[in-house]
Amino acid sequence: MLEIWLGIKSAFWLIVTLDADLIEIACRSLVVTLSAVAIAAAIALPLGAWLAIGRYRFRRLVIAVLNALMGLPPVVVGLVVYLMLSRSGPFGVMGLLFTPWAMIIAQVIILTPLIASIAHQSIRDLWAEYHDLLISLNTSRSQRIKTLLWDSRRALLTAALAGFGRGIGEVGAIMIVGGNIDHATRVMTTAIALETSKGDFALAIGLGFVLIAMAFAVNITIHMLSGTEVRDRW
Amino acid sequence: MVSILPLSLNDVTVERDGKRLLGPVSLDIRADALTIVLGPNGAGKSTLLRLMHGLVKPTSGRVRFAAPRGEAYAHQAFVFQTPIMLRRTVLGNLCYPLTAHGISHAEAEKKALTWLKTLGLDGHETQRASQLSGGERQKLALARALIRKPELLFLDEPCANLDGAATQDIERLIGEARAGGTRILMATHDLGQARRLADDVLFLHHGEVLEHAPAKAFFEAPQTDEVKAFLNGDLVI
Repeated sequence: MLEIWLGIKSAFWLIVTLDADLIEIACRSLVVTLSAVAIAAAIALPLGAWLAIGRYRFRRLVIAVLNALMGLPPVVVGLVVYLMLSRSGPFGVMGLLFTPWAMIIAQVIILTPLIASIAHQSIRDLWAEYHDLLISLNTSRSQRIKTLLWDSRRALLTAALAGFGRGIGEVGAIMIVGGNIDHATRVMTTAIALETSKGDFALAIGLGFVLIAMAFAVNITIHMLSGTEVRDRW
Repeated sequence: MVSILPLSLNDVTVERDGKRLLGPVSLDIRADALTIVLGPNGAGKSTLLRLMHGLVKPTSGRVRFAAPRGEAYAHQAFVFQTPIMLRRTVLGNLCYPLTAHGISHAEAEKKALTWLKTLGLDGHETQRASQLSGGERQKLALARALIRKPELLFLDEPCANLDGAATQDIERLIGEARAGGTRILMATHDLGQARRLADDVLFLHHGEVLEHAPAKAFFEAPQTDEVKAFLNGDLVI
């Protein structure tokens, strides 16, 4: 219990004194995760819509694989991205390993199936409702996808926030591809892991509270900006 | 513009899970009339309309328009028995068919606002379509179908579950569309409505066309026992 109390005190002072290291790490966490969520959403949302309205062979198999990929072990993703970006790997020449870009790439791989799968389920339900109407209105496939994405935007926001939740708390993959380098690739989760390994539980718990507060703040801000739960349901 | 009519059905059947829902049906739908599709529940009225509109594929036979397929579907519209509302405002629902076909938002809004006045729904622009009453929703659905001036309009029991006033509004809009040159095929099992609106009547029973005749001949001199029974208000099983 003592560690938790010390952690709360530590978190309080870190925030009140605007600790420079904390601000740097917190900003890096946000930049990496928000970038990864934005890229993953840009891939996953149209993919989810396409899977919802498409009729093709192996559709069920593709959806099953996508759902299974939601459970991708981050450490394995980190290892694969590491091998791809390492000097002897196919993309080694780009020099991305141990940079925030490598961390973003790893997170995009982890988050895309998660966001796509949740988006697919929401869009599939809306497609069942809109199917006859959109066909009757002689819309093209791309118009259908655009309409479904726009009209299910609140559910898709939830999908993106689920991705953010997973990304901001991710440690395994970004530790491997980022290397937890001070002032370069250290983020909240890898800093917590480091402080725990050093035995500084108070600081680790303090950083943990800050991480939770950050996740809450981002979620609440996005909900408020989008008007979710403020306006009536459709 | 080349007319998409006549619409020809040649020996068309529709089957689902091995059960025949419609056919074999052969008929021609020509320009300038309002055809009422009559028949008891389960006769295949909705299936016939959905087949003509391309929402149901024929199991056998051919459905052919005078114009190429893409052009034909661009010049027709469908109003469903239970109106499907987009999760948008009333104005958003009305603008959608226009903006989806390349008309600018400003022009679409201008046109939609004129329609809302005609519907008596002015003042409801920013209201969610889902919050309208059943009659208002059906009027909105009909206006959304008519806003692009389709050459051919399918109406699948648009007045089912509506009260007298709402039915009167819908029938007024149908009459205006008819006067404006839109060819209408409407399914109903309301004989009174059929008498009020029909130029010709197509009677379906167990998925087959039993009679297709001008309204006057259909109501005054029915040819089959089933139609006679239906017009007498007897049960047609």
